Amino acid sequence: MQDRILYLWNTFYNGILRENPILRLMIGLCPTLAVSTSLTNSVGMGLATTFVLVCSNLTVSLIRPFVPSGMRIPVFIVVISTFVTTVDYMMLAYLPGLHASLGVFVPLIVVNCIILGRAEAFAYKNDALPAVLDGLGMGAGFLLAISLMGSIREILGNGTLLGISILGQSYNPVTLMILPPGAFLVIGFLMGALNMMTKKGAK
Amino acid sequence: MGPELLIILFSAMIANNIILIRFLGLCPFFGVSNKVETSLSMGMAVLFVMTLATTVSWTIYYFVLLPFDLVFLRTVFFILVIASLVQLVEIFMKKSFPVLYKALGVYLPLITTNCAILGTAFLTVDYKYNLIESVVFAVGVSLGFMLAIVMFASMRERLDTAPIPESLKGYPIIFILASIMSLSFLGFAGMFGS
Repeated sequence: MQDRILYLWNTFYNGILRENPILRLMIGLCPTLAVSTSLTNSVGMGLATTFVLVCSNLTVSLIRPFVPSGMRIPVFIVVISTFVTTVDYMMLAYLPGLHASLGVFVPLIVVNCIILGRAEAFAYKNDALPAVLDGLGMGAGFLLAISLMGSIREILGNGTLLGISILGQSYNPVTLMILPPGAFLVIGFLMGALNMMTKKGAK
Repeated sequence: MGPELLIILFSAMIANNIILIRFLGLCPFFGVSNKVETSLSMGMAVLFVMTLATTVSWTIYYFVLLPFDLVFLRTVFFILVIASLVQLVEIFMKKSFPVLYKALGVYLPLITTNCAILGTAFLTVDYKYNLIESVVFAVGVSLGFMLAIVMFASMRERLDTAPIPESLKGYPIIFILASIMSLSFLGFAGMFGS
């Protein structure tokens, strides 16, 4: 029983730090760089992706006895795009502002490599509960990384966080940070900092 | 070619560069930009598939999805169309153009999961382009992709001999390089309309 709980916890925790999809595995970069112009957008994208990830992991793990291995990729794609369409239309109905600022990246969740990757690498081989936890963990890792990016870019580029002024009137915003070059710059230095920290820890 | 088409072409290629400004297709951009030759092959493969995929998905959108009121299925339709199109192209090229097939080889299947292709298909629908505009847009986008990836590869080849701070080695410096390149492309913003 204890082992089982430990195993489930590790399944969840794995995605947050050890195999963080963005900062460690370098997958799902396109939406991360594109929509992390503010914390609001980042959290919206992170939650939408987590929802699709959990639902598709659950579905794939439930239907796996009926899916022949030769047909699995097309089946995964249909499952994923069904949930993406759901999210797309739900967001359009309830959060039209967020939907407009995320733009084409909402339907593009379907080609986010994290989702297909987890369906293939984890959900197709595991039961429903671990698959859901894996989806939650990976989703949380994605949400954390994209929110970190979004916070840094919003604070430096706009002087605000969630639209509330943080750095005050005297701060002159570096608009570059919310423009495309800022995204590459922030993730570059973020990975550099992570390298530096892990190297120091290893010594 | 009228001035509007030229504007679409150049704005898609430079001012709204698919990789550096729109952030689509980053995986192949970072993945296969080690050498100039491989990135050129990737660029050719993208040009080929993107033009075809945009034409086919445009046709499907306006002649199947809209008349039958199935617009909500566009995500499912587009991705399946692109995936099967890549398969078809692969089989066809293997039989008819073995030389070209060998040159593009590994890059063709990789393109199925390239968000630039699907993204371009969505954008042509969002911008309400007609068929000719869509094709010109797709060609512009893929030329922009090729331009960015080939330039990036030639810079990366020079990185090998550059003195880089220890913790920035590997991916971090590549992102910083991309940032500087994106900055130079940003200089064209507004030059060809929005």
